[in-house]
Amino acid sequence: MERVPVLKIGDILLVSIQIDMEDQVALQLQEDLAERIVATGVHGVIIDISALDIVDSFVGRTIAAIASVSRVLDAETVVVGMRPAVAITLVELGLSLPGVRTALNVELGIALLGRRETVTIDGDDEPADDGSDPAAVHTS
Amino acid sequence: MSDDSQRLPVTTDQDVVRVRQLVRTVAVAVKLSLVDQTKIVTAASELARNTLVYGGGGEVEVSRVQNDRRAGIRIVFADQGPGIIDLELALTDGYTTGGGLGLGLSGARRLVDEFEIDTEPGKGTTITIVKWCR
Ligand SMILES: Nc1ncnc2c1ncn2[C@@H]1O[C@H](COP(=O)(O)OP(=O)(O)OP(=O)(O)O)[C@@H](O)[C@H]1O
Ligand SMILES: [Mg+2]
Repeated sequence: MERVPVLKIGDILLVSIQIDMEDQVALQLQEDLAERIVATGVHGVIIDISALDIVDSFVGRTIAAIASVSRVLDAETVVVGMRPAVAITLVELGLSLPGVRTALNVELGIALLGRRETVTIDGDDEPADDGSDPAAVHTS
Repeated sequence: MSDDSQRLPVTTDQDVVRVRQLVRTVAVAVKLSLVDQTKIVTAASELARNTLVYGGGGEVEVSRVQNDRRAGIRIVFADQGPGIIDLELALTDGYTTGGGLGLGLSGARRLVDEFEIDTEPGKGTTITIVKWCR
């Protein structure tokens, strides 16, 4: 079975999904990420799906589960690089990825995670969400 | 009605990936738009997984179709599983017996132009979907 590689870059784990994943590969990725978050103590996870030409309910559900599990382990997940056709299809399928933060690309995803961290250090847990943040794209 | 059709077994996770790839290839060949390719591949992925998980495995047939006005792609998913007892319920958003999101059937129906289910308790399920070029 193939495995999706997980890279550690500073305080972030970066996952770039480059293959059409079998369901088991997606589940394995979910497990691998949880273990790596605990082992490394990172506070951010970026999942780059720019190479995926579809996201079906299984992959969508796995991404949502990864985001929930990381949150419990004190890491924030940002999904980046969703193709426009994939976004249109996901919404029509009925999958809104609630609770999953998204950004247009890896750079904006890193910026989004970095900003959250700064805000937390300042002692303000909830960053103001006034919709003016260019890096933040909400799916729900 | 169909010139050439291709069949694939659906008995493993890997087969579901193969179904997605075959559907993509044919969707490109009939010149569906990028968004429509994405929709039909996503619908096929949902239905092939249902064939595997609930139907206990089965077969998929992918064909190019043509009517007097347009070209399109037709996909038939067939299994000899338990059938769908309450079809109306199964087609409701959020209904699942397998711990999923319950979006596969209802979502796939929204993503295609034609959607037909033939199911009988104890005999199996056959689902036919069609996407036409615009
Ligand atoms: N081929 C089939 N044979 C028997 N029952 C089926 C078949 N396909 C679907 N079903 C039934 O219909 C229900 C709804 O299917 P649907 O694909 O919408 O949701 P799901 O597979 O449970 O979750 P999701 O697809 O969102 O992960 C299933 O839970 C199952 O009970
Ligand atoms: Mg399903």
